[in-house]
Amino acid sequence: MQSSPQPQVKPRKTGKWWNDPKIRGIFYQVLAALAVAGFLWYITNNALTNMEKRGITTGFDFLSQPAGFGILQSLIDYTEADTYGRTFLVGLLNTVLVSVVGIFFATILGFIMGIARLSHNWLISKIATAYVEIFRNVPLLLQIFFWYFAVLQALPGARNSIEIGGSAFLSVRGLYIPRPVTEDGFGWVIAAFIAAIVLVIAYVKWDHKRQQETGQILPVFWPSVAMLIGLPLIVYWLAGSPMHWDYPELKRFNFAGGIRIIPEFMALLVALVIYTGTYIAETVRSGIEAISHGQTEAALALGLNNSQRLRLIIVPQAMRVIIPPLTNQYLNLTKNSSLATAIGYPDLVSVFAGTTLNQTGQAVEIILMTMAVYLTLSLTTSAFMNWYNKRIALVER
Amino acid sequence: MSKFKSLVTAVAAVGFMASTAAHAGATLDAVKKKGFVQCGVSTGLPGFSNPDEKGNWVGIDVDVCKGIAAAVLGDASKVKYVPLNAKERFTALQSGEVDVLSRNTTWTLTRDASLGLNFAGVTYYDGQGFLVSKDLGVSSAKELDGAAVCIQAGTTTELNLADYFRQNGMKYQPVVFDTSDQTVKGFEAGRCDVLTSDQSQLYALRLKLSNPSKAVILPEVISKEPLGPVVRQGDDEWFNIVKWSLFAQINAEEMGVTSANVDKMKSSNNPNIQRLLGTAGEMGKLLGLSNDWAYNIIKQVGNYGEMFERNVGQGSALKIQRGLNALWTQGGIQYAPPLR
Amino acid sequence: MTTFTPKPDLPPPPNTVGVVGWVRANLFNSVPNIIMTFVGLYVIWLAAYWIIDWGILKADFVGDKASDCSREGACWVFIQAWFDRFIYGFFPDEEIWRVNVVFVLAGILLAALIIEAVPHKGKIALFSLIGFPIIAFFLLHGGWFGLETVETEKWGGLMLTLVLAVVGIVASFPIGIAFALGRRSNMPIIRSISIVYIEFWRGVPLITVLFMASVMLPLFMTEGTDLNKLIRAMIGITLFQGAYMAEVVRGGLQAIPKGQYEAADALGLSYWQKMGLIILPQALKLMIPGIVNTFIALFKDTSLVLIIGLFDLLSIVQSALTNPDWPGFATEGYLFAGFVFWTFCFGMSRYSQRLEAKLNTSHR
Repeated sequence: MQSSPQPQVKPRKTGKWWNDPKIRGIFYQVLAALAVAGFLWYITNNALTNMEKRGITTGFDFLSQPAGFGILQSLIDYTEADTYGRTFLVGLLNTVLVSVVGIFFATILGFIMGIARLSHNWLISKIATAYVEIFRNVPLLLQIFFWYFAVLQALPGARNSIEIGGSAFLSVRGLYIPRPVTEDGFGWVIAAFIAAIVLVIAYVKWDHKRQQETGQILPVFWPSVAMLIGLPLIVYWLAGSPMHWDYPELKRFNFAGGIRIIPEFMALLVALVIYTGTYIAETVRSGIEAISHGQTEAALALGLNNSQRLRLIIVPQAMRVIIPPLTNQYLNLTKNSSLATAIGYPDLVSVFAGTTLNQTGQAVEIILMTMAVYLTLSLTTSAFMNWYNKRIALVER
Repeated sequence: MSKFKSLVTAVAAVGFMASTAAHAGATLDAVKKKGFVQCGVSTGLPGFSNPDEKGNWVGIDVDVCKGIAAAVLGDASKVKYVPLNAKERFTALQSGEVDVLSRNTTWTLTRDASLGLNFAGVTYYDGQGFLVSKDLGVSSAKELDGAAVCIQAGTTTELNLADYFRQNGMKYQPVVFDTSDQTVKGFEAGRCDVLTSDQSQLYALRLKLSNPSKAVILPEVISKEPLGPVVRQGDDEWFNIVKWSLFAQINAEEMGVTSANVDKMKSSNNPNIQRLLGTAGEMGKLLGLSNDWAYNIIKQVGNYGEMFERNVGQGSALKIQRGLNALWTQGGIQYAPPLR
Repeated sequence: MTTFTPKPDLPPPPNTVGVVGWVRANLFNSVPNIIMTFVGLYVIWLAAYWIIDWGILKADFVGDKASDCSREGACWVFIQAWFDRFIYGFFPDEEIWRVNVVFVLAGILLAALIIEAVPHKGKIALFSLIGFPIIAFFLLHGGWFGLETVETEKWGGLMLTLVLAVVGIVASFPIGIAFALGRRSNMPIIRSISIVYIEFWRGVPLITVLFMASVMLPLFMTEGTDLNKLIRAMIGITLFQGAYMAEVVRGGLQAIPKGQYEAADALGLSYWQKMGLIILPQALKLMIPGIVNTFIALFKDTSLVLIIGLFDLLSIVQSALTNPDWPGFATEGYLFAGFVFWTFCFGMSRYSQRLEAKLNTSHR
């Protein structure tokens, strides 16, 4: 900008109250608040008027009325005689189930693929890149449809199920696996498992202390695994094997007994895991790449081997970069699980915002309740994350 | 909850006073002004409402809409079809997105009373049935204990099914799909043993199987499903128009007036026919329409019998018998109040 | 006299250079690596075998009905027969040229924006943001200049997907700027309103937003206001996208060094002058990769309109799959739709990466 000799700046007129930024600020804010309030009043008013005029019932009384329809999968007892309120709970739990399982597997897949992308093995890193680039750029809904309609519906019928190991069966009806049934005395096995956990913690602590004092490192991973599996096994055998398996059996129409994993769940889960896995892989990769190369070199100079370097130096530092976007991905997965409605997996949106909404017709209450659930989930997660981030940041020196 | 309710009521009261009460003829005026009837139909059900290869909607539900357009605007083609799935149909009607919902919808008390809807008549008396694959060897619905059942989401069939199995002490797994097409696909893939729906639909859906002869429809009819056009509550004039354009078609069949002979019938000296076709009396005026309203319906769409045979009866691929849907004079229960 | 003739260097051992060396260094340098390489090769072999065998060798390419396919491999006849529906939806056949004109125009504008040699970037961008949507609307909807009206009910396929995505991104931009500025404002009420808005939309899944738009929006309007399904979906998408856009804009604003703000204040510029003349023009450049990424997400998310009954690309494919004349082509249908989506998204993400790299160098 060309600067001409600046004429003397006129002194700001003072004393005029409308030029005071503070008062102006208050004015704007009041204006904004009024506009928002007015808008909210306008739509609420319209909605209530419209509903009244059209004779639509309002209020939450419907929650205590009997629902009268069946639901394919429920984690809690549910029959047709239960209330609409309970359908909300059933849907919510199904959403939680698919989200938790999905998060678990997506994390594993994402970490493997993210590390594979940085592998020195050219082929492996290219395969991981291809995985990320292919599945990240195709809409999730399409992937869900693909798994459900193209893959799972092409499986054989219940009578010609694919047998896996003689006790699990895969068919178009889903996957049937044996269910463990506990008997008296199984409590001892659980107690042994808890004891094993305590022992492992103590062992790790002792090992750390020993390392501090003597500099020697004892193996941790395998002894821990041995304790965690071995101890309960021994107790199980001592207690006289207090458990048996409930095997699925082919009945007139279908398999009965065992655990049934419905194909809707499988399709949704596979799609969610593969799709979210790509994002997690990218997060992990960029997290690791954010660690400066000096750290790797320092680790090499200390004589740490490959796995020690990754485990002790790189990953702990990378985690700090990885965790915030990782949480975001977990949230996205949970929100994306609402696409279940497209293939009829009975999640919150499908059961409550779908069937219940249609049977009662109370759109406003139901949509607001559904939104509130997701909102609460997001807000609590991000609150937790903020707390976690602060905690992690304190460790930094 | 009660707190919220009282708040809602209070706000509603304020809101209601503030808004101007809509006058009764709002829908008719709006339809005349925009020049077409907005009609909610299904997303594709052969015989009832289905787009043909050229994208034109055909079916018995579609003809009901055409009849209304003919009565109100004098032109049966002035209809805009809004395909709706079972979930969104009532909201679309309540919110005014469609003027009439003609989408194989079952008339029930709750829908009448709590959804703010009015059923304007019955175009088709139906009942819920079961479709099973032949090689299962099932001959009665009572043998279906433990079966997986494919249903369309958000329909009365879902409720009837639950009731039926509960009554008979049987268990089932509901497999829910969004559209009837997906239900058929699921059934064909073997996702379920049984497909349940209104019987008329079962005939239609069976046609969509790659080998229709491999599936049978069980004899049990587990519910009453009177299907008919629906309008919003609070506009009685429009309600009457929809109601009577259907009644006109049924009456026309009873009097033997068809789209082919309607012009000749105009000179009939039967006072009933004269009233129907507007050559005597002021029937149309009373409804807020022109006096040749029924003439237009019959000329352009046909009487009830023609509509039935063309879409679901012998003139169609479905080949459904008249059965309950025959006129009361012929052993059925289709009966329209007199036009006088 | 003997002279010293230096002997040429020996070449490096043959197994450390060239193809062999590369393979040894990158694929077979340790036992686990060798195992992984073979597993990887096997995976590639399986995928390639299936693609070539099923997709090409045993596939059928000619015909016009389902029975023209042998069903041993892919049946691309299905895609051919439905191609027009997949791209144009139910647009009347004789009016399809209008869609094509819009496609070509969009392509030209896009090319002009991406290719660096083209001058007048600002004017082109302005035209694409304001002029082009208007022209596109008149062309697609018709009803003027003797063009036959094509109701939005007939819009569908890829065309509808693109319309939704473009409208979503263009319309959400001003909303995004407003709320991003609001969130960074120092007026507490304005800031709270902005935060509530942004966090609300970001906290709920798009599908509930679409449900809301399709079943609740009509109740919010005064009686007699008639919004069609497409517009309602667009409103829902725009409100939702506005929140994500706000976060992108906020990211851009935060990247501007504080000195710029202070310099603008020191010059005595008002708030709007400061934002409009100093901050936003600089921040905008930084935001482009973020905007492209949001656009990719939105483009994929438009497939959700299937659930409220609009016929976008995925939805049309889905309905073609249930057509009784064409049974059992799910894999072909989904692969085609997936390929179309993938081409767009991958192209855009590459563009955004390139841009990010370019912007990075110019700033360091």
